Amino acid sequence: MAGAAAHDHHDHKPKGWVRWVYSTNHKDIGTLYLIFAIMAGCVGGFLSVMMRWELAEPGIQIFHGLASMVYGVEGDAAIDAGKSMFNAFTTAHGLVMIFFMVMPALIGGFANWMVPIMIGAPDMAFPRMNNISFWLLPPAFILLVISAFMPSAPGAHGVGGGWTIYPPLSTSGQPGPAMDLAILSLHIAGASSILGAINFITTIFNMRAPGMTLHKMPLFAWSVLITAFLLLLSLPVLAGGITMLLTDRNFGTAFFAPEGGGDPILFQHLFWFFGHPEVYILILPGFGIVSHIVSTFSRKPIFGYLGMAYAMVAIGAVGFVVWAHHMYTTGISLDTQRYFVFATMVIAVPTGVKIFSWIATMWGGSISMKTPMLWAIGFIFLFTVGGVTGVQLANAGLDRSLHDTYYVVAHFHYVLSLGAVFAIFAAWYYWFPKMTGYMYSSAIANTHFWVTFIGVNLVFFPQHFLGLAGMPRRYIDYPDAYAGWNAVSSYGSYISAVGVLIFLFGVFEAFSKKRVAGASPWGEGATTLEWQLPSPPPFHQWEQLPKIK
Amino acid sequence: MADAHAKHHDYHIIDPSPWPFLGSLGALIMAFGGVAWMQHLKGAEFPIFGYNVANANYWIFAIGLLVVLYTMFGWWSDTIKEGNEGHHTRVVSLHLRYGMIMFIASEVMFFVAWFWAFFDASLFPGEATQVMRTEFTGGVWPPKGIEILDPFHLPLYNTIILLLSGTAVTWAHHALLHDDRKGLVNGLALTVGLGVLFSFVQAYEYIHAPFAFKDSIYGATFFMATGFHGFHVIIGTIFLLVCLFRAMAGGFTSKQHFGFEAAAWYWHFVDVVWLFLFTAIYIWGSVGGTIAVH
Repeated sequence: MAGAAAHDHHDHKPKGWVRWVYSTNHKDIGTLYLIFAIMAGCVGGFLSVMMRWELAEPGIQIFHGLASMVYGVEGDAAIDAGKSMFNAFTTAHGLVMIFFMVMPALIGGFANWMVPIMIGAPDMAFPRMNNISFWLLPPAFILLVISAFMPSAPGAHGVGGGWTIYPPLSTSGQPGPAMDLAILSLHIAGASSILGAINFITTIFNMRAPGMTLHKMPLFAWSVLITAFLLLLSLPVLAGGITMLLTDRNFGTAFFAPEGGGDPILFQHLFWFFGHPEVYILILPGFGIVSHIVSTFSRKPIFGYLGMAYAMVAIGAVGFVVWAHHMYTTGISLDTQRYFVFATMVIAVPTGVKIFSWIATMWGGSISMKTPMLWAIGFIFLFTVGGVTGVQLANAGLDRSLHDTYYVVAHFHYVLSLGAVFAIFAAWYYWFPKMTGYMYSSAIANTHFWVTFIGVNLVFFPQHFLGLAGMPRRYIDYPDAYAGWNAVSSYGSYISAVGVLIFLFGVFEAFSKKRVAGASPWGEGATTLEWQLPSPPPFHQWEQLPKIK
Repeated sequence: MADAHAKHHDYHIIDPSPWPFLGSLGALIMAFGGVAWMQHLKGAEFPIFGYNVANANYWIFAIGLLVVLYTMFGWWSDTIKEGNEGHHTRVVSLHLRYGMIMFIASEVMFFVAWFWAFFDASLFPGEATQVMRTEFTGGVWPPKGIEILDPFHLPLYNTIILLLSGTAVTWAHHALLHDDRKGLVNGLALTVGLGVLFSFVQAYEYIHAPFAFKDSIYGATFFMATGFHGFHVIIGTIFLLVCLFRAMAGGFTSKQHFGFEAAAWYWHFVDVVWLFLFTAIYIWGSVGGTIAVH
């Protein structure tokens, strides 16, 4: 082996802060991502609980107080500032949860940790680039946090107007530096994800162990491969769109200014050409994780493996041609709407393939209801609810009534908060023993599940009723008629917050009790390569590449 | 090797590196400084703890840019060094190829956004529902009252320059494959020269453009699409220039020269984007317009 002597020092773990800050190790970088995602998740969760606290009753409850605390304004000015602050909270909650919690957890965290191991690779293809994918995230997050304290519209602070940052609210509507900071934050987070996507695609195509053809590759690796393609091809379009926002705001271009021949709807096209693949980016890794867990705890191979893989390919491909179903009410032509209704409904087919294949995997299996399986079944159940409301919303006619109401909020939280986040917790409880070597208390973990399950359903199920009754999203106040279900929703939010505390306590408990998990704690149902390694795996695994028969 | 942890594969396990962290820090400073600079240009405030950071003008941005440039230099120097030390085995070299192809794919999608903006306006200048746009454009493209560039004047000249540079880089490549070092250096030098010439012609065209950048969708789509292309030409020229210096210092062999190939791929990508810009924005987008007389 050429240069073999020079390799000896690689085998020693770097010490101290250098190990983490200068890391080129996919497991360490995955751990950094997971820690980052937990912290960002707490920030995003705090924002949502504040919003639910505000919405618990009609009238302004807490945001005038928050505004006077943070921005030092009093009286009527505090009420106005509080209303703007609520807008900033909805916006920041969306951006933080999507870009700094779900994506870092699923792709940066679990995929970084597990994809190289389960395809039999010693590390990622570009270990150094892997680290800049992580380290670009804290700067992006810092920029977003700074933006919360910067002027936006006159008398307001922080980016309002929603995570979709539509012009003219994001151009002439909020001239202050807050929006510029948020745009650059998205640029940097996007660069991080594009580099990560390149890394995953290269790793999965080129570093599979001898004998592991694509058609033998675990479904989680498949899901990450498809997710990476979606990232690679959709994020640059967002980068272009938000660069146009930046030049419209600062250099006088007229991309989104009708008086100069521009078109605000153009931004919506560019945004949703990214935004729709983005929601599949958030959920596809979850599909992969749930497949592994359902198979493991049913002690059966996954039903319809190839169908499962190509269903994800189909979802990813069709996901690129459905974006304008977010734009039915913008005045796009009826023919265009008809196409997007049809194309959107087509996605229900491969998604149905997945749901039914998970059920078929469990059918006749030897099912054990361990914690990861609870979360996975919770995922299947709740994601299906969100999927069904999605099929309803795909209808342009029905969307006339439901667009921008709490029905939409309920729909996307069922697929994301109750879908993607359940998949994250399923993965956490599935791989925690592998990553740390310790077993958590299943009593605490199961309590975490049930409290969360009850909490989030209380938050979001009533929002369907509110939306059907016409309550619009992103408002700080509402008529008294909506008070009942809003109160229920807010109580659900407090219960979910307790769930987060139980989660954090469970982590603390597992690390303090140090129960040794063993290499393969889930028994013979767990067949992928990570379970052949000790827990935690060695600093560099597969120095002798595994052979797949 | 007697070491129990010896590796038995051809992948490259990379040493810990300061560059990702330093580069990210540079990106943070650059983004923060960029906002301060833009606020300064607008004459607006950027208050941090009661201090108006906009007063810093472009200095914070410049510091961030320097940190990023230093990171690029250090990072890619390390990569070249590792290649020279023999770490770039066949499979690692394949990784680099995949990485470059996908980076270019993402760049293609970035240009899709700018073409999208252009076609959104140029294909639909007079939709009945878009009253203000129709008022501005007069329902036609190019919009009424706007004088445009003659596509078969400097733009055609630039097209020929870029196509010629594409053949020059291929000459350099074939020379390298045949161990003709002089041909390699000459071909690369010619490519870089043509790239620089393109940029100068483009700058001349911008200075003499009969329409403005501001307040018009025509200027916005034209200058941003061709401007980002021009920026990529400059990046590609620098990339090729680095290859030229490496070639003159005796770098690259006929067997192993991925750095050169990546630069050539990138250059061809820039070339193809130009052909789309030329046919769509310059030629097709000029049909029916009033051409400015110099």
